[in-house]
Amino acid sequence: MKDTELLAVEGITKAYPGVVANSDVSFRIREGEVHSLLGENGAGKSTLVKMIYGLVKPDSGRMRLRGAAYEPKEPREARSSGVAMVFQHFSLFEALNVAENVALGMENPPAQRALAERIRTVSEDYGLPLDPNRLVGDLSAGERQRVEIIRCLLQDPKLLIMDEPTSVLTPQEVEILFKTLRQLSSEGTAILYISHKLEEIRDLCDGATILRRGKVVATCTPREKTARELAELMVGETLTPPARGEKVPGDVALDVVGLSVASPNPFGTSLQNVHMRVRKGEILGIAGVAGNGQDELLLALSGEIPTDRDAVKIAGRGVGDQGPNARRLAGLVAAPEERLGHAAAPDMSLTENALLSGAVRKGLVRHGMIDWASARSFAEGVVKDFDVRTPGVGTAARALSGGNLQKFVIGRELSQDPTVIVVNQPTWGVDAAAAASIRQALIDRAAAGAAVVVISQDLDELLEIADNFCALNGGRLSAPRPVQGLTVDEIGLMMGGAHGMEVAHAHA
Amino acid sequence: MIAGIDPVVLIASLMAASTPILLAALGELVAERSGVLNLGVEGMMITGAICGFIVAVHTGSPFLGFVAAAAGGAALALLFAFLTQVLLSNQVATGLAATLFGLGLSSLMGQGYSGIKPPPTANVPFGPLAHLPVLGPILFSHDWVLYFSLALVVGTWAFLKYTRAGLVLRAVGENHDAAHALGYRVRLIRTLALAHGGACAGLGGAYLSLVRVPQWTEGITAGAGWIALAIVVFASWRPGRVLLGAYIFGGVSVLQLRLQAAGIAIPVQILSMAPYLITILVLVVMSARRGRAAIGAPAALGRVFHASD
Amino acid sequence: MLTLEKRPNPSRAWAIVTPILAVILTMIAGGLMFAVLGKDPVEAIRTIFWDPLFNAQFASYSRPQLLVKAGPLVLIAVGLSFGFRASIWNIGAEGQYIMGAIAAMGVALAFYPTNYWFVFPLMVLAGAFGGWAWAMIPAFLKNRYGTNEILVSLMLVYVAENIESWMAFGPMRNPQGMGFPGSRNLQQYPAAHNSELIAGTGLHWGVVTAGLAVIIGYVLLKRHIFGFNIQVAGQAPRAARFAGVDPKRLFSLCMGLSGACAGLAGMFEVAGPAGQITDSFNVGYGFTAIIVAYLGRLHPIGILLAGLLMALTYIGGEIAQLSLNLPAAAIQAFQGMLLFFLLGVDVLSNYRIRIKRRAQA
Repeated sequence: MKDTELLAVEGITKAYPGVVANSDVSFRIREGEVHSLLGENGAGKSTLVKMIYGLVKPDSGRMRLRGAAYEPKEPREARSSGVAMVFQHFSLFEALNVAENVALGMENPPAQRALAERIRTVSEDYGLPLDPNRLVGDLSAGERQRVEIIRCLLQDPKLLIMDEPTSVLTPQEVEILFKTLRQLSSEGTAILYISHKLEEIRDLCDGATILRRGKVVATCTPREKTARELAELMVGETLTPPARGEKVPGDVALDVVGLSVASPNPFGTSLQNVHMRVRKGEILGIAGVAGNGQDELLLALSGEIPTDRDAVKIAGRGVGDQGPNARRLAGLVAAPEERLGHAAAPDMSLTENALLSGAVRKGLVRHGMIDWASARSFAEGVVKDFDVRTPGVGTAARALSGGNLQKFVIGRELSQDPTVIVVNQPTWGVDAAAAASIRQALIDRAAAGAAVVVISQDLDELLEIADNFCALNGGRLSAPRPVQGLTVDEIGLMMGGAHGMEVAHAHA
Repeated sequence: MIAGIDPVVLIASLMAASTPILLAALGELVAERSGVLNLGVEGMMITGAICGFIVAVHTGSPFLGFVAAAAGGAALALLFAFLTQVLLSNQVATGLAATLFGLGLSSLMGQGYSGIKPPPTANVPFGPLAHLPVLGPILFSHDWVLYFSLALVVGTWAFLKYTRAGLVLRAVGENHDAAHALGYRVRLIRTLALAHGGACAGLGGAYLSLVRVPQWTEGITAGAGWIALAIVVFASWRPGRVLLGAYIFGGVSVLQLRLQAAGIAIPVQILSMAPYLITILVLVVMSARRGRAAIGAPAALGRVFHASD
Repeated sequence: MLTLEKRPNPSRAWAIVTPILAVILTMIAGGLMFAVLGKDPVEAIRTIFWDPLFNAQFASYSRPQLLVKAGPLVLIAVGLSFGFRASIWNIGAEGQYIMGAIAAMGVALAFYPTNYWFVFPLMVLAGAFGGWAWAMIPAFLKNRYGTNEILVSLMLVYVAENIESWMAFGPMRNPQGMGFPGSRNLQQYPAAHNSELIAGTGLHWGVVTAGLAVIIGYVLLKRHIFGFNIQVAGQAPRAARFAGVDPKRLFSLCMGLSGACAGLAGMFEVAGPAGQITDSFNVGYGFTAIIVAYLGRLHPIGILLAGLLMALTYIGGEIAQLSLNLPAAAIQAFQGMLLFFLLGVDVLSNYRIRIKRRAQA
């Protein structure tokens, strides 16, 4: 590794109305270094890299690239200076093929046929094989990420920015990605790696800059720190793991038998013959890489997609052909992954959003007429019990921060005294303190006798709260295993291993 | 076939009858591929019809008339673009407003122009080719605008399929957030696509007032703009199928006119509603065949883009 | 540089101010348009907005006209507003209006010349049914095949206009009409006539129904779960499904409701002010109602006010035609402009405009 400076960020500040995203941030990356930006959700990592990539302009501060002043006005300029970025989401076009997607990210792409050839060679050189003619919409999450990486690599970047790249990968796929990144680094490409996964960073990165609430709180070499030390630097407080009492599993509360559902989304994953059985007091964790049928499973359980009557049974009664409100009456509540737009209507107040799913079980509607006073007090109760920070229940849902809205959504469901709870990604994009309180609330409901299904892509979360564990892969659900005694390798295999990717590195 | 209707004449005249819708639909196709649903096509067509008519009458040049028609249609489209792209208004409502405004404005501008004959638009001289049996009337006896519309079909297809600008336009229509993240100017691209669509609609309108009818009457477009919109759906957003759709529609309208002329014992009004009923039927068949989601529709169609940094 | 920034909460104050601002801007732009046409803009604006109500010469005629014209506009617009809130775009109200009128006329002619008490109520039902059935065509096609309702409902306007003309020339032509096209005139058939309830006011059953529609619409929107579901469906369709709303059912309900309202408006019109089916029976209420619905911000009370305002421009336009020789089309352009301005200034209630200095020190 060379010791010359590639990028220097000096005193960058960026403020949005009501929030300072970055305040006087400085750090340096050497050529070929794998450098990590570490911080909780909302710590300002994304804003910072968007400035380096030219998507956002800083209010003040300077950047230098190889000693020269660097002020990209747009991504085009950043790319031509040798800075490339792999996004967490929002940057691929599903209806276009791989080659077209790659061409869109390049300044002067060669003709389609030549480009397809280069995609083939480069992708195999780096152990990430790709077919340039396939539609991106038909690819798995891991393959989509490869498209983004290849798109960057074709431009010979000096600095590759990766925003939370492993959140969509199985453990085996992460291994492959890391091999690729190390290969790149040894060839002299610096990598700016954004994550909040500590073990990964200790494994991969040469240096780390830790951000908290927009400020740099530490710069360190991650290998010299323990994961716990890094976590405390990142969060700024000591976290207590969730407490749970003894378990006595009760009767079967949710029984899913041979559930098959076609995805409502043209590029979605259909469920195939899913079986699961959850007892009162039990938490079943369902892992899986994004896009393997998690959304469809939630929709089929919540009642948004009807199925055969006996494919879904609540307390022994078939409800598969009934809609969400009938299932709520039967005791099942659900919290979808997407907070704004699915679990909550963005422009509606918290009171209205409380009515959204609470109408049936809380008796907020009589003869079609809405009891607004009760709806308001229900919303106020949720805000109080779940420590939702908001000026009041008249505030629009989209005005709340991600963590607060998530607490509201989960709180709204848990406050309805349910017997079955289904949640998808309950702590996605939520800060550590809020995530801890949401997990605790789920454990408490289970202790009170509810059957809980937690669908999540965060393995640590599942291992922390679930009793039994299974994984979704290509719309199929694996058989459940007790969490006690599971190894990461076993989990990875349940999640589909490397989705046929191992081969590449074997002979690379 | 019903006696008295010559298939060659029928084909030649359906090509002319289809041209206004073909032009408008091609323009709308490009706008929709960029992700904007422009329901103002009807208004832009009729604005083009009157602008083209006025300029052609005063200058004596149908060519200048068509240029003015394109400019008029594009001007209204830019107004629509300003509202939907800059002020982020609802595309459906704004499109309706553009149509209502275009209809009002055109009849206002057209005061005193009814009953006037515009300068004729001559056929392209193909010499003896025009006298060939069958092929002559079908291929070699039309005015330049009709040939232009056919060239535009090919041009639009090639643009979308083979050029980088076409790829960027499709990308913007597919996922504007991703396009923005890659540094493409979503609003600029959409504004240009809209202006192009408005210009095409204007040309289509002028083809009605300068060639088809040819004179100015209020409400001359009689829903042609809406039919153009339907044809874009029918065509699954593909230029070649737009041609097919427009010619089917043109065929039905010409046929019903011939049947009326032939004195068939069906009330005139029932024949006149045939084109609209056929359009509905075609829409139903297309949407049913594709099943639920309209595959082929640009994913970002009709959605408001607001870059929140 | 000006930038738009999404407000955390939609502004209620701006929601009330924007329609007024739009009206003022339209008056200014409309004044300019009239000036271009060579008319005195102040005079023209006064003629349109003031004379119908307060001019000594016209007011006695035009004041009742205000209710006559506002009635159908408000009734149709209230019906449409529910669908529009849920992003269900029935823009074929004009056709449903025609079909309601034809259905009602059919009933009236079937009983002509008897004087049973139930003829008129039966006509009301037939009118609502006619409009409902016509609107259910796009609803059915959308639910069954996914066909775009905007295009189908609009195509059906042209079909309805042809049916109207066919009726006027054919099946419904008045046998005693001396060969003129057009049906019997219901103003001369007491059992079917929707007459003025209080002489000289323009108040007829259609106006009463429009008033009821405003009240019922208000209750549905603010207090009933139906109104709530509609708002969720419009703002966040996925959240609506999550809330248990069946999108197809909602679609049929909204289309049917708006169709029935339009059909009723057509029925009251053909039985009252118009009197007969002719090939120029429809005068564009179904389209203008779209402007009314938006100008009233899809809120029943707002629609009531907007309907009155729009009726005023119609009547004022007629007066301006007579006294200033202003072309009729000018009013249409004026109304289109109003909708444009309204949509344009609407941005203020959802976004804040900020002046941003060029960043970079």
